[in-house]
Amino acid sequence: MKNFFKLITFFTLISSLIFSNVNAAGEKHELLKVDWSFKSFFGKFDRASLQRGYQVYSEVCASCHSLKHLSYRNLAEKGGPEFTELEVKAIASNFEVTDGPNSDGEMFERPAKLSDKFVMPYANVQEAIAANGGAYPPDMSVLVKARGGGANYIYSVLMGYEDPPAGMELDDGVYYNKYMYGNKIKMASPLDDDIVEYADGTKATIDQMAKDVTTFLQWTAEPHLETRHKMGFRVIIYLTVLTILVYFSMKKIWSRIETKV
Amino acid sequence: MSDHEYTPKSKVGKWFNDRLPLLTLANHLTDYPTPKNLNYWWTFGGILTFCLITQIITGIILGMHYVAHADLAFQSVEHIMRDVNYGWLIRYVHANGASMFFLAVYIHIFRSLYYGSYKSPREVIWIIGMLIYFLMMATAFMGYVLPWGQMSFWGATVITNLFSAIPLVGDSITTWLWGGYSVDNPTLTRFFSLHYLFPFLILGLVILHIWALHVPGNNNPIGIDIKKPSKDTVPFHPYIVIKDLFALLIFLIIFAFFVFFSPNILGHADNYIEANPLVTPAHIVPEWYLLPFYAILRSVPDKLLGVIAMFAAIFVLVILPWLDTSKVRSTVFRPIYKQFYWFLVADVLILGYVGAMPAEGLYLLIARVATAYYFAHFLIILPFLGMKEKTTPLPLSITEPVLGGSADMAMAKNNNDYKEKL
Repeated sequence: MKNFFKLITFFTLISSLIFSNVNAAGEKHELLKVDWSFKSFFGKFDRASLQRGYQVYSEVCASCHSLKHLSYRNLAEKGGPEFTELEVKAIASNFEVTDGPNSDGEMFERPAKLSDKFVMPYANVQEAIAANGGAYPPDMSVLVKARGGGANYIYSVLMGYEDPPAGMELDDGVYYNKYMYGNKIKMASPLDDDIVEYADGTKATIDQMAKDVTTFLQWTAEPHLETRHKMGFRVIIYLTVLTILVYFSMKKIWSRIETKV
Repeated sequence: MSDHEYTPKSKVGKWFNDRLPLLTLANHLTDYPTPKNLNYWWTFGGILTFCLITQIITGIILGMHYVAHADLAFQSVEHIMRDVNYGWLIRYVHANGASMFFLAVYIHIFRSLYYGSYKSPREVIWIIGMLIYFLMMATAFMGYVLPWGQMSFWGATVITNLFSAIPLVGDSITTWLWGGYSVDNPTLTRFFSLHYLFPFLILGLVILHIWALHVPGNNNPIGIDIKKPSKDTVPFHPYIVIKDLFALLIFLIIFAFFVFFSPNILGHADNYIEANPLVTPAHIVPEWYLLPFYAILRSVPDKLLGVIAMFAAIFVLVILPWLDTSKVRSTVFRPIYKQFYWFLVADVLILGYVGAMPAEGLYLLIARVATAYYFAHFLIILPFLGMKEKTTPLPLSITEPVLGGSADMAMAKNNNDYKEKL
């Protein structure tokens, strides 16, 4: 056993050496860390922040980024932004969807309903790429889960627009971002102070909007996060109590023989 | 074995049992004499059975909602996560269940390595176990392809491409595996079909594994044969059942932490990006449980030799009962092997670590040294050590160390004596 611990210490030393080398070589910056309300065991979404985040998404991001796995009804569901059904119906009715064929065999346009999927800004990937200077604006439904660093990464990229370091040449339509992989991004800084006007009177600073929209995107990626945390807590309490009961039953049963368990 | 004649008490029971002796089987399983000195490392067999059943049940339910089509698979997984009642729970249990399954199987295998459970007369149990392990890896690999994310697609591309290293027929075999000229819809549908089939093959092998176990009976921490069943063993029920249940519950608490509080920590973020044949991810890495083999594969500069090395890494395990020449089973009485055992554990952990890193510079060097050591352990150290090593005295019976302090205490003493002699 002693040797084993010696070994482990040895390899920890070696690996820490390797890690420090990697950090020195790369130009990756430590992500900004936010104390999100949805982290931790009892983490829940900040309802007001989700609603504001939806507003940022719909007024800023939605012109390029789709949310194709979500339906309008999700906005009214428990554990999400929890808009009222009337509010969501009003939101949906702003979008036109193609339905059909009708009894004459023709496709027709109608306002979106609760059951419809979010209408996409572009008809297809090619159109999205063509309209955005050759870069595809990724679908945002599970974006938070699709990036190492998750919510902190999304927030950091939104906050990471800076002037490029001296000597760095950037092509037209390419921007410097401190936290983006490779430090180059084809999306111009999307947020600007007061670019949206929050209904609840919160001041729309870049930081506030970045936090709100990241919270919203965490929800779109994990719509059942609140149920999961709640159920997880109960499951672990249940298992712990059961484990204790089984432990004492085991002790009792094994007490019939001289062997320790 | 206490193969006393069993007769059911009821008339109907007797009538049925004469025609199909299921009750005799149940009685055998209940009374099965188990060494009383088994420690908690022996509870992983039960845990693994639980894992297999969990994977099968959650998998069958996922299969009801999943669509095996290149254009629809990703979307159907999101449908499960969002709209199927508790679909998120079932999928997270299945995805993390695979990791927990491998965690348990690695502990189970290293338990066997420590206590020499693969040695005579248990070689067949061991070989069936290795077959199960191999099928598990194949099943897990194909399961990881099904969500059709970026890692699914590129992982499948890398692994199936390995077969193209086979001389002459390699390319034809790869085309045959793909069902086309690249990983595409036909690949996905056959992977789904096989991913559904293999767990049932595993289940069949598990039954054989347990059958083969029940012939010689369990090995135990001091690795000596049972002298007096009445003194050295306890009936499986209730003693082992309750102990296995206790261990399983602790395992489940850890399992639950993953499922409910960090369900994606063991996966790769890129797998939440839909598969795109035109964009290659920066680093293609398999799931954590395949990393040691991936490291071995990449540490050999030649593609064909790399593939051979990877499969050989599993094959040396299959023939392990004949590579280890020592007659003493338990490492407790093998002071030198004990050190090498922990070296091997560290070596496999290092292989896993470098498997996750880019294959270049220092990482590649470490991977090569670790790969060489891995094979040296099985092909050189084990055969010679078994012949040369001076083992410490074995207790007379299982009960002896139980009554005179734990086996570990005895071992500590013996170990010191041994060191003094050196």
